[in-house]
Parts: sequence; structure tokens; C-alpha cells
Amino acid sequence: MSNDALANFATELDGHLTEEGMKLSATIMDNDGAHVIQVEIEDREEFPIFISLDSEQLLCTCYLWHDSEVNNERRCDMLDAMTTLNLPMPLSSFGKVGDQYLIFGAMSAKPTLEDLIHEICVLSDNSLNAIETLQDYLN
Amino acid sequence: MSIWNKLITAVRGGATEVGEAIVDTQALRILDQEMRDARKHLDQAKQSLTGVMAEKMGVDRKVKQLAASVTEHEGYAIKAMESGNDTLALEVAEKIAEISEELDAQQKLLDGYNNNVSQLKKTIAETERNVRAMEREVSIVKTTEAVNKANSAAAAKFSGSNSSMRSATDSLERIKAKQQKRQDQMQAAMELQNEGSGADLSAKLKEAGIVSGAASGNSILERLRAKQQAGG
Repeated sequence: MSNDALANFATELDGHLTEEGMKLSATIMDNDGAHVIQVEIEDREEFPIFISLDSEQLLCTCYLWHDSEVNNERRCDMLDAMTTLNLPMPLSSFGKVGDQYLIFGAMSAKPTLEDLIHEICVLSDNSLNAIETLQDYLN
Repeated sequence: MSIWNKLITAVRGGATEVGEAIVDTQALRILDQEMRDARKHLDQAKQSLTGVMAEKMGVDRKVKQLAASVTEHEGYAIKAMESGNDTLALEVAEKIAEISEELDAQQKLLDGYNNNVSQLKKTIAETERNVRAMEREVSIVKTTEAVNKANSAAAAKFSGSNSSMRSATDSLERIKAKQQKRQDQMQAAMELQNEGSGADLSAKLKEAGIVSGAASGNSILERLRAKQQAGG
């Protein structure tokens, strides 16, 4: 059922032109029965947004950098900065899975298409701003 | 161990392993097993809740009957006293004492059931929360795996090498360069547009004879003729 909902979103998102004039392209990926939408934003293809859905929430995630990219001496400062940025950053929060730092936004399991697009745009902006702001902590 | 600790173990996964493997498949398997156990636990808890609630209803009915019986016998006792039949009144009072004792016992039983029911409801709610948390975690882990695969493909596309070569700052620089290029293109297009519309405007002005241009040939000739006439 959640896979159907994701498929619908993927169809709606694919080819959508954002208010800023950036084109979205969306594809569905299947991993062991769990479906994920990969959304690429024109000119920002390096940082695609991944959308996954479970019974409780819809997650939009953008992967930032690997552990290996972090300057070891400044790791604590970076984590401190990320925790501090979590609050003022609109709609998104920092997170980590495995050795991958990420930024994500959680939504209700049934968002409107409009809200989802807004979430994607804000998350993408936040991702670029985050890397720009925190690149001093990276190698 | 709290559920959060288990989840941390699962998503930390292969952080220590070098390279691709981000997910500890062993942890994922354990999580899957725990999810199955928790669901079984949940079903059992729901079943016992149904049983306990049925028993509770039975005791509840009994308590109400006994309480009504106490009231009823109190009425009899008063009537017996009013009619001066103290022997009968005492007999009824003894009966009331007996019923009250039974009522107390049943009330305690009912309190116990009530406790049990709220305890079971709490357990069920907690287990349901845990199952949902685990499902969410499994979904995140599977998403991560899918993303990892996609990331490797993307990295190969952008840098022509494996994913470890692609750094966030490099990618950001590439995006900035693309944005700059786009902006430059837009700027150039706008300048062209301006030039174009400027050319249009001067053509229109010439056409209207407001500025010198094609129409000025005649005026020059006129000026020359006037000069000639003046000279001649």
C-alpha cells in the first residue's frame, strides 16, 4: 500500500517544475521490497533526495558526507555545530546512518503533493547550505 | 535493554567496516526476529486482555448484585425493627454482614482486574510503539541500502570513479559552478535581449523621424540646397 502511494508521488513529481524554475526528475528504486523514490533536482544532481514511506511517516533524506570526509580533530566541533543548527534550520534535521551523515525531513504518512514539493525544495537548499557552512570541518 | 539501544545497534551497522557495507545484516536479522517476537507478544497480550476484560465484567456484575442485595436487606432490617421484631432484624443484619463480606472480597477482585486491564493496555501500547519503531528502523536501513547503491551509480556518473572518491565539498563546488554557469547564461541572454530591444527601439525612432537615420538623407540634401541657393 505504501509502495502504491510512493509510485503515485513519483509520477506526480517527475518532470515537475519548481517555483524557482528547477526541474525535478523522480525514479522509483526497489530494495528487497522496500520502495524508495529518488528525486533529482536540476543542477543539483549530486545531492538527490530520497523519499521513503512507512505506516507512520514519510521521510525525505539527503545524504551529505561520509565519516571518512570528516576532519578527525574537528569532529566534536562539527557535531556540536550540527546539533546547534538543528533548531534554526527550517523543516530539516541532521542525522546519521552507518558512516553516512545526512539531513532529513519527516512528514505525516499522507502529505499533500504541494507540501512534499515544498519539503524537497527546502531540504535541497538546506543540504547545500549545510555543506557550505560545515565544510571547514571536512577534509 | 531499551528499544532505542537495539535500534542504535542496527543503524550503526557496519560503520567500522571499511567501504560499501553500511548495514549490519546480522543486526537486521536480529531486528527482524525481534519484530516477529514482539508481534507474537502483542497478539498474546491482546488475547489475555480480552480474557481479563470478560472476567472483569463478570466480577463487576457480581459486585453490583451484592451491593444491591445489601441495600435490599438493609430495607428489610429497618422494616423488621419498625415492626418491633428485633429477632428478625438481627437475623437480617447477620445476613447483611455475610453479604458485605462477600462484597468486599469481590470488590478487591475487581480492583485487581482493573489494575490488570490498565497494565495490559499499557503493555500493548508500548509493544505497538516498539514494533512501529522497529518497522521504521528496518525501513530506514533498507532505504539506506537502496540509496547506497544509487549513490555508487551517481558517483560513477559524476566523477567516473567509485563512491569513495566523491566528496561532499567537491560536489558542492560542482553545483556552484553549474549555478554560476547558468547565471552567466541568463545574464548573457538578458544582455542580448536588451541589445535586441535597443536596436528595435532605435529603428522605431528612426522610422518615426525622431532621431537621425534613414530619414536624415533628405534633410541633408535640403540643407545643401539651401546652402547652394544662398551661395548662388
